[in-house]
Formats: sequence, C-alpha cells, structure tokens
Amino acid sequence: MSGEVQAAAVLGGLAESEQSELAGRGRRTGGPVRPRRIGLGSWLLPTYTVLAFVFLLIPIAYTFVFSFNDSVKSNIAWRGFTFDKWLNVCNVEGGAVCEAFANSVIIGVVATIIATTLGTMIAIALVRYRFRARSVISLLLFLPMATPEVVLGAGLAAQFLAVGVPKDMTTIILAHTMFCISFVVVTVKARVASLDPALEEAGRDLYGSPAQVFWRVTFPLLTPGIIAAALLSFALSFDDFIITNFNSGSVSTFPKYVYISASRGIPAEANVIASAVFLFALVLVIGAQVSRAARAKRLAKLG
Amino acid sequence: MAFAAFTTAEAQPQAPRKSSRIALLLLLPGILYLVLFFLTPLVSLLLTSLQAPLEYGDIGQYQYAFNWQNYVDVMTAYWPHIVRSFGYALAATVFALLFSYPLAYFIGVTARRWPLLQSLMLVLVIAPFFISFLLRTLAWKQILSDESFVITSLKALSLLGPDAHFTGTPFAVIFGLTYNFIPFMTLPLYTTLERLDLRYLEAGSDLYANPFTVFRKITIPLSMPGIVAGTLLTFIPAAGDYVNASRDFLGGPDTQMMGNVIEANFLVLLNYPAAAALSIILMAAILVLVGIYVKRSGTEDLL
Repeated sequence: MSGEVQAAAVLGGLAESEQSELAGRGRRTGGPVRPRRIGLGSWLLPTYTVLAFVFLLIPIAYTFVFSFNDSVKSNIAWRGFTFDKWLNVCNVEGGAVCEAFANSVIIGVVATIIATTLGTMIAIALVRYRFRARSVISLLLFLPMATPEVVLGAGLAAQFLAVGVPKDMTTIILAHTMFCISFVVVTVKARVASLDPALEEAGRDLYGSPAQVFWRVTFPLLTPGIIAAALLSFALSFDDFIITNFNSGSVSTFPKYVYISASRGIPAEANVIASAVFLFALVLVIGAQVSRAARAKRLAKLG
Repeated sequence: MAFAAFTTAEAQPQAPRKSSRIALLLLLPGILYLVLFFLTPLVSLLLTSLQAPLEYGDIGQYQYAFNWQNYVDVMTAYWPHIVRSFGYALAATVFALLFSYPLAYFIGVTARRWPLLQSLMLVLVIAPFFISFLLRTLAWKQILSDESFVITSLKALSLLGPDAHFTGTPFAVIFGLTYNFIPFMTLPLYTTLERLDLRYLEAGSDLYANPFTVFRKITIPLSMPGIVAGTLLTFIPAAGDYVNASRDFLGGPDTQMMGNVIEANFLVLLNYPAAAALSIILMAAILVLVGIYVKRSGTEDLL
C-alpha cells in the first residue's frame, strides 16, 4: 500500500517539480551527465527494460482483450470478438457489476473528501507549527502505513463488533478514510514544505487577513499537492479489497464482487469496467505528465 | 519515500510559528479520527484475542477474559501458515528486488537525458495500479492455468512434466506476490537512483575499479535507502496478503498464509479470538523484523 506515495508524485504530475523549476533551480543534483559506457554492454539494459515492461503489462493486456470476449458465463476460453459487453455492461446478473462499481465510486469519493480534508489540515500543522508530541503524532501517522491490511481490517471489524455497529456502507467509508489519511499527510506535507514562505509574507504585508492569505495564497499553491493526494486516496479506496472484506457486511464493492465471483467465473463485464477505469486513469496521468513537460519547456524558454 | 517523508520536512528551518492553538485545531480532528479508528481497533483486537467462549453460548459469542491460551492454540494450529507467510513474503521481496533494480537503474540513471521518456516509463511502472489488483491476479491465473497456451507449450517442449501444475503451488503464490508488489519496490529504488551522483561512479572507475566493483562498492551503498524502503514496502503487505494465496486465485490448499486463516477465522468460522490473536502475532512479528532490519542496515533515520 505504502509504495503508492511515489505513485502520488507521478499521479500528481505537477505537484513536485513545478516550484523548483520556477525558482530556477536545476532538477538534478547528479552533475553533468556525460555520455558514458554502461558496464553491461549498452544494449543489455534497454532490452531488459523492454522485457520487464512487457511482463508488467501482460495481465493488463489480458484483462483488456478479454473484455471483448463473446463469453457466455465465465470468461476463460476465447470465443470470438464482440463489442456487446462494452455496450451492455449493466445487463448482466441484474446489474450486479454496475451496482458494485457505483458503490465503489461513492465510497471512494466520500472517503477521499474526508481523508483529504483531515490529512491536509494535519500536514499544514506539522510543517508550519511548533508543538509538543510531534514525534508521537508522526508515529501515529506512520503506523497505519506499516500495518498489514488484514490487521487493520480485522481490528476495525473487532471494534465494530464490540460496539455493536452493523456493517454497511458507512463502516466501509470509515475504514477507507482511516487508511487514506496517512497517505494524504505524506503527499501534501511535501508540498507544504516546498512552499516559499515569502509569498505568504507578501500577502500579509499587503494587509491580507490570515484567512485571506490562506485562501488567496496558501491554498492555491497547495492545490497540486492536494489533488495528487485526493487522486491517491481515491485509487487506494477504489482498489481496496482486504480491509473492505472485513467491514462491508453484505454491501458489494467492485473488488469484493470480483473476489466473490472468482470461484464461479468472472463475467466479461467486470473486465469492461476495469479496462475503462484503466484507460481513464492512464489518459489522466499521461495528460498531466505531458502538460507538465510542456510547462517546463515554456518556463525554460522564458528563463 | 513513505518512511523518509516524515523526517525530511521536519529538518527544514521554516521558522514554525508558535501559536499552538491553531495547530491544535488543525490536528485535532484528524488525530482524533486515527485514535478512534486506528488505535482503538488495535486495542479491541488485543482484548478480543484474549476472549474466552461464552459459557452455554452460541458459536461466535465470546466474553472478555484473560485467556492467553488463545495464543498457544493458534501457534500450534497455524504454525505452518505463520512460517509460510514470512517465507513467501521474503522470497517475493528478494525476487521483486532482483527484478526491479535493473529496471529502476535504467529509468533513474540511463534515461536521465530524456525526461519525457523517464516520466512515461514511470507511468508504465505504476500502470498496474490502475487496473484492479484482483483482476490482475486472476489474469495470471488464467494465463498460467493447466490448459493455457503457456503451460501446454512448455509441456509440449518437455520443459515441464506431463502432470505438472503451476497454479496452486507455492511457486505460483510467490510469483503472484512478486508481480503485485513490483511497483512498490521499483518506485523507491527509482527515487534514490535518480539522485545518484554519477561523479562518484566516475571517480571509482578513474581509480581503476572495474564496473562490477563500482556497482558493488558505490552504487549499491548509495542506493541503500531505496533498497530498505522498497523491501519494507514489499515485505509488509506481502506477509499479510491473502488474495494471491487464496484457492480461487493462485494458491491451493497447501499454500494458505496467515491472512487466509485470519479471514477464515473471522468471517467464516466466527472464531474472533483466534483471528485476533493471529493478527496480533502478525503485527508484532512484522514490527520486530522491521526494527531489526532497519537497525542492521544502518538506516534508522528512515523511520
């Protein structure tokens, strides 16, 4: 789970380097790169990289290809090409796939909003204010990321059981918000730390009230980091199965639907939804990367 | 890095303001949330793990007690699962490291001259995150099933025995764990390798070290923070995973890990104390292992 902090940096695209580029600092500390021979022969490493990417992408290609399979019930053997599954996603099993997908989206959105709000507040406090118990709080934020998901899931389920709370959509949202907060803090904190305090000082010098300075200066500057954190939260929540499984009761989410139908065969409609989500995310991220590169180029020209 | 992220910003002399009342307001909601939905559940889990069955009660009814016998019971009943969890996780971590290091090196060092290529390759590394974790694993199950093209051709070439299986074996589970956690390994490795100062490598070869010695004595030690972060980010979730080892995915009856028995005890057998005791054992073991590992590798400042 925790590795997705880096994913956030990539997802956010703009979040990290934009400011340092503005400040005219070089992106790299590595010094001038002069063409050098790579010890293993100059073709070995690129070939390996290509093969490694092929390996990483095989299951994605498989899922995508089988979303076009003219399957009847289970989607294992190839039976011919069709667009039907893409056009009639919700027609299978009385729309169970779509219902699960809709639940996942609702849970993801609500958990993301709560986690991003709470996490951003913590991140600002951690960087900008001095207070005691800082190390305790850092530990409290770090531990959820270092705890295996089964333990988080079983722990919450044990607590809901002890208190007598029935498991439904709310308990899933509560659980997802919990594990998203730490990731939001990590992502937004990097952005707060890279803010130039002079910009806020300028706002204060111009007689901005603290609230005005925050909403007109600080918040807009933090936005890329906050967006990255929100995207990461949503991705974590949307794909979470282990914690959801312990706290969902009879509510279905997309991953839970896949897990349950795994024993009797997954309909091609699940592949359709997963492929559509994949394409959407890919377009989003590549768009962010390309616009960031374009912006860097423009800035370089200006400088 | 997730682990470093908590320490780096604190070192910055950003002249934190003192007014701790605002800090308190910012911190309180989030911290309260984590206390309520992360810390208290851990306490619940601890209490549940000591519960004893209710006298004359139904299945699934327990009362608070100090029944530490639960721990002895689960240790004797599930020691193979405990050993397997850590064994599989360790193997998957090693394989993921071997797979990811050259890849991260290519992206972070060789591709430095082409930033756009670099960011597109990073998108490819995290691309698997965009498609459901469960569907990815199922895709591998179908690609490597006994009737699949890959396995039948390997059998036709006599590279595999006529009644050899892939799915359902420990090897398949380790394969799945490795595949699913590769991005967690590659991204932190990339982050450190990207900052690797190539002048050190040049200095090494100027001093007549051969490429292998340069790699062993300079590149590896300098990328240690990435190696430590990557191995932790892979090992922790892998040890707690129960999707790959599940019978409906890549595992079989003899590959069940701790996560599987925690899930079965909690959700199917309603033996909450056993599930809780296993979770506590898992978490404690991970914290101890991580502590030793971080001490040994001399990177305490990561935590």
